[in-house]
Amino acid sequence: MAGLTGRMSTVVKAKVSKLLDRAEDPAETLDYSYQKQVEQLQNVKKGIADVVTAKKRLQMQESSLQQSVVKLDTQARQALSAGQEDLAKTALERKNVAQTELQGLDTQVSELEDQQQKLTDSEQKLRAKIEAFRTKKEVIKAQYSAAEAQVRISEAATGVGEQMADVGLAMQRAVDKTENMKARADAVSELEAAGTFEDVGQLGSGEDDIDRQLKQLSSTPAVESDLAKMKAELAQGDAAPAPQIAPATPEGGEAAAAPEAQQPSGNGSQG
Amino acid sequence: MIVRISGEGQYRLDDGDCDRVTELEKNVISIVEGGSKDGFADAFRELLDYVRSKGTPLGDDELDSSDVILPPSDISFAEAGMEFTGEGLIPD
Repeated sequence: MAGLTGRMSTVVKAKVSKLLDRAEDPAETLDYSYQKQVEQLQNVKKGIADVVTAKKRLQMQESSLQQSVVKLDTQARQALSAGQEDLAKTALERKNVAQTELQGLDTQVSELEDQQQKLTDSEQKLRAKIEAFRTKKEVIKAQYSAAEAQVRISEAATGVGEQMADVGLAMQRAVDKTENMKARADAVSELEAAGTFEDVGQLGSGEDDIDRQLKQLSSTPAVESDLAKMKAELAQGDAAPAPQIAPATPEGGEAAAAPEAQQPSGNGSQG
Repeated sequence: MIVRISGEGQYRLDDGDCDRVTELEKNVISIVEGGSKDGFADAFRELLDYVRSKGTPLGDDELDSSDVILPPSDISFAEAGMEFTGEGLIPD
């Protein structure tokens, strides 16, 4: 059968027969194949452990992104109360990007968990097949002539080899996935690191590459609505201790006009 | 005929069911070659579901090799495309 399926079977068969060509004597071939299988099983176990480690690293990155979101939100608030709306907006744009990325990471981490489960299942299948091969090789050694044995070895070894290749493929996909996710999370961490400012005034107004990228990535409506909400909240907060300020907040007018008691929504006030 | 679904396991199918497998597979291939994602997921799922429903799973200790190896169920359209253009799923 060609196309989708032919190539994969061909590659597996080629790999296995390459392995079998190493020794001429059937008994030797059998022991050699078995030894190779056991070695490869060790590699598979190591590979699965690496996937788990990579997943944990991504989960750590996830939680550090979560902290960034909180930090950027605080910074936006600070900037806004210092009257620096542009800075606040930049911080909110970054927050927006980090949040979007977080959602993506979340989905991907759970996909990775599925893959990990499948990998573990495949590894168990592989172990069972290697065990079956071990039994079979003794039977072959005892029962068949050299020529006949060669054929049966090839069949049995191909069966194991196929399972091996299958685990290898699953592992490769899991590794690719973790690397891809890590690269994305790293990129966002970098953006975030470049964007956090110890001192609110430090960021300046000059647009750099990062900002341009951010503007493309972040969703403007979300940023605008965050900004409006923050302004409203600030106006309200300011109104209580110092009722004389916060006159000009177009979107937050409602909130500024009602300094006490009647909050529009959100902030659960106990009154 | 023995069919493996990558990442899942092997199934033994009656020879009578092979034609349908081939047909379903051709369907997937023509979608991938057409370059448009539409219908790919459904067609591919139909193929896998057919194998799962008609086939009997092979025991873990059976050492038969497969006549057909299908890609994993979560393969993306892009990965399926690469499978055709040379950078196959099994790395060297």
